Parts: sequence; structure tokens; C-alpha cells
Amino acid sequence: MSTADTPVAIQPGGLWLAFTQNRLAWVGLVLLALIVFIALFAPWLAPHDPLEQNIVARLEPPSAEFWLGTDSYGRDVLSRLIYGARISLFVGFVAILIAMLVGTAIGVLAGYVGGVFDQLVMGVLDVLLAFPTLLLGLMIAAMLGASLENLIIAIAVTEVAPFARVARAPTITLRQRDFVEASRSYGCGPFRIMTRHILPNMISDVVVMSSLWLASAIRTEASLSFIGLGVPPPAPTWGAMIREGFENILDAWWLAVFPSLAILVTVLALNLLGDALRDASDPRSRAR
Amino acid sequence: MIGYLVRRILLAIPTLFVMLTAIFVLVRLVPGDAASVILGDQASAASLAALREKLGLDQPVHVQYLSFLGKILTGDFGQSLSSGRSVIREVLLVLPSTIELTVAAITIGLVFGLPLGIAAALARNGWVDYVSRVVSLVGLSFPAFVSGILMLIVFSIQLGWFPVLGNTSGAGSFAERMRALALPALNLGIIMTAYVMRVTRAAMLGVLTEDYIRTARAKGVGPAQLVVTHALRNGLIPIITVVGLYFGTLIGNSVLTEIIFNRPGLGKLIIGALNARDYTLLQGLMIIFAICVIVVNTLTDLAYGLVDPRVKYS
Repeated sequence: MSTADTPVAIQPGGLWLAFTQNRLAWVGLVLLALIVFIALFAPWLAPHDPLEQNIVARLEPPSAEFWLGTDSYGRDVLSRLIYGARISLFVGFVAILIAMLVGTAIGVLAGYVGGVFDQLVMGVLDVLLAFPTLLLGLMIAAMLGASLENLIIAIAVTEVAPFARVARAPTITLRQRDFVEASRSYGCGPFRIMTRHILPNMISDVVVMSSLWLASAIRTEASLSFIGLGVPPPAPTWGAMIREGFENILDAWWLAVFPSLAILVTVLALNLLGDALRDASDPRSRAR
Repeated sequence: MIGYLVRRILLAIPTLFVMLTAIFVLVRLVPGDAASVILGDQASAASLAALREKLGLDQPVHVQYLSFLGKILTGDFGQSLSSGRSVIREVLLVLPSTIELTVAAITIGLVFGLPLGIAAALARNGWVDYVSRVVSLVGLSFPAFVSGILMLIVFSIQLGWFPVLGNTSGAGSFAERMRALALPALNLGIIMTAYVMRVTRAAMLGVLTEDYIRTARAKGVGPAQLVVTHALRNGLIPIITVVGLYFGTLIGNSVLTEIIFNRPGLGKLIIGALNARDYTLLQGLMIIFAICVIVVNTLTDLAYGLVDPRVKYS
């Protein structure tokens, strides 16, 4: 297994360990696969058009025709839930991808350059890390205005700091390793050392954590949509559906309950998977 | 200790400076400019110019920046556009209810999370451990508004145990206040419990395998004393960090909780400012939050030094 001075997280077969040692990882993986499947094949799975309004069938409780009931415009809750999976996953995934690129770049740069630059960058990142994710996202989304792009930017910003932190730590160790020293003596520039020698050796650390932070991104997306800063209506987002359910909470419980469960299951699946991956990548916690 | 204290506080100053600059830039990123967003499309050129002058937007950017920093240094965080009150006053008006809520949540989290985490660590890989791990992961997966709504549906609407509208006035007898506080505090407290439990378990597992624990056990130290005076004392550092770091999340979650349970507080203040497009209030709130977070972060680091003397010298 990895020795103390190798920061490389997942060895060949390490990924498999996550699934052999932790049965909950399977639960997470199966649930996640199911949600991705639903999102991909939404047009074929949804029984109704998610945007089709039906004034006659307003606020209908779950029935044979509308399995999960209808909302105040008579739209089918199940179909909206199915299409909502697309928005949640898409926004979360793209935001995490951006955060990963930017965060990793900042972390590697801070770790490689070191000194005052590193201290200042980490000081700011520490504050960002401690700053309420939701409030940060809320402020940014509010300032930029509610749209799909701005929502993604807002969520990406909230997730940059954790990526930078995880990228920085192994960079500091790798910087002093012999092979980096050797390539430096060969005349390698800092950019080449960072991208060709350091990055490939620590990228698995970063990727492992992205599953946990995807969970957090999806939670933020739902919260912002709930507040009204998400993808604008009539797009079916889980957060906005819960908002509507909250407004009709006294006479239509199904409006809030089903999207709530959808968010819970999605976030839980990602957390189960992320937890297992992290445990498998950290020999110390694996021993436990 | 003094040196450590001074060094830590000195580090907070550039951090604060960078955060304030970021807020300044963010507010200038508003599409169009703040004045046109606040007044809407229909505003006349004269009223736009008047508001720009009032907000200082007619000045060159570097002048705006310097006066922005200068005002903050003198403790002026701006005024709410809609109420005309100073941001500080707006915050002080609602702060007691937010503090009430967060203190209740942290208390619940520590009272339940610490013993459960210790129990899970002691019974490692047993069924207590397994159940508690799954339960805490579920607790961590709930966005605060989701758990809040589900609790509201079950306990307030279906069972009728608690008021649906919550404590809107902030008045009422002590019993009424507590009854209105119960569900929101429980909602945040459960999430807090999950956090504390997870980190307590991990910290205790790390400490329980140390040599000095085996030595203490060999000397005949009883299990209760072993856990409390030997293991927990050293396990406290990561727990303090998490409670400190969680402060931010707690504020974020209390925003959602306050909306769901219709409580006054910072959360409702922010949402109100958002809906009224009260940008000066939002900017002031951001600055106050940034300062609070930096202060709590610094205090958390200082608490490290108190609990673990080794930290001071590193």
C-alpha cells in the first residue's frame, strides 16, 4: 500500500476496495445510477409533459393518472420530478467541474509557489471555506441575477475553496520529491513541472472528493432554487417545486414531500459513494 | 502564547482586506449598475442620477473603493435603502432570535452528538456504530429546508403539536417562546448532532489506539475516566474545529430554517433585502458575515492553542 511519503491516493485496485469493504457504497452507486438513468431518459420515462398545464386537474392528490399528484397549475408532479433530475445533476456536475479546474489550479499554484503568496491564498480560502456556502451562493446569484449560467457560477465559487485545499497539501509534499527536483535540474519550467509532474500524481485525491462536493453542490442548487434564485420558472427544479409545496403546505402535502425525498435520495447516494471512496483512498481510515 | 496570539491576529488582517475587496468587486458586478437594478426599468434619468449620487456611484472607482474601506474601518456598514436604518441596527434588531436558535442547535448537537460519537467509537463496527453512521449520514444529507418542511408537515400539521406559523412577534410568555423554538432548534440540532457525532467518532478512534491509552488502561484506569480525562481531552481538537467551521453552515442553515418556520432573524433579513433589492443592506450584511467568520476562525485557532499546547509552538 502507499507509504507515508506517497500522497498518491488511489492505487490500482484501490477503487475496488471501496466497494468490497463498504456495502453502503453499493447502495450509493445503485441509487446514483438509477437517478442518472432517470435524468438521461426523462422524455421516455415521464408520463406527462412537465410543463403542460391542466386547469381542471389543479392540486389533485396522487391518483392512478397522476401517480404523485398535480401542482397548482395542474402539472404532473412525477413528470416534473423526473425532468427536475436533469437540472439538478446538470447544474451540480458543471459547477463541480468548474470548481475542480479553478480550485485545483489555485491549490497547486499556492502549494508550489509557497511563501507569503501561499499564506495569503490559504487565508482567503479558509474564510471562504468557513463562509456559509448558502449565503455566498445567495449573494453571488442575487448580484448576478437569476439564470442557469449565474446559478452555476455561484455554486462553482462556493466549491472552489475545498478543491484548492485538497490540491495544495499533496503539492507541498510532491514539490520536494526527488523526481521533481530532477526535472527542475533538467531545465523544466514551473508550468511544466506543475502540469506534467505534480498534477498527475495528486489528481486522484481531487477526483475522490468531488463526489462528496457534488452532493454539497446539489444541496446548494436546491436551496437556491427554493429561495427563488435558481433556474427561472417554468423549468421544473426540485427546489422550486418544494417552494410551491411549502406555499400550499396546508392542503397539498404531496407537492413538498416528493421533491424533498428526491433531493434527499440524490444527496444521500452521493454521500454514501463519496464516503466509501474517501475511506478507500485514505489508508488510515481504511484500517478502521 | 502571546506571540502565537499576535501572529494569528496579524494573519487575519490581510485576509479581511482581501475579503472586503472581493465584496466590493462583487457588488460592482451587478448587471447595469446597482442604481438601475434598485429602481427598475421605468426609473427616470433624474432619479437614477440622484440615487447614483447618494450611493457614490458617480465617483471614479478608486474613490469609491477608498471610501468603502474607510467607512468600514470607522464602523459604518451602510444603510438599508428600504428602511433607512443603519445595517448594524437592522442586524441588532434580529440578532437575538438568531442567537437563540443557534445556541439551542449547538446545545442539542453537543448533548446528543458527543455521547453518541463516543459510544460509536467504543463499539466500533458493532451494530450501534453501524446504525449511528447511517443515521448521521442521512442527517448530513438533508438540506435544512427539506428536513424543516417534513418536520412541519408531520409535527405541526398532521399531529398539531406545534404552531405552524412560529414565533412571528418575538413576544409571548416563556413557554410560548420555547414551544415556537422547539421545532426550528430541533431541525438545526439534528444536523448539528450528525456533524458532531461523526467527528467525535473519528477523533476518538484516532485517540483510542494511542500508546498512552493502553498505558492508562494497564495502570487500571476505569473506562469512564479513560474516556473522559484521557481520550476525550485529546480528541477535542478536531471537535472544536468542526463546531467552529460549522458556525458558517449553521448560519446558512438557519436562514432556511427561519424561512420555513417563519421566525425573525438574520435569514429573514437577508431574504427580505433580496426581495426588496436592497443592495446596500445586502452588501452590509456580507461585510458583517465576513468579519464574523474571520473572528470565529481566529478564535477557533486560538482555542486550539489552549487545548493543545503543541500548536502554539508550531
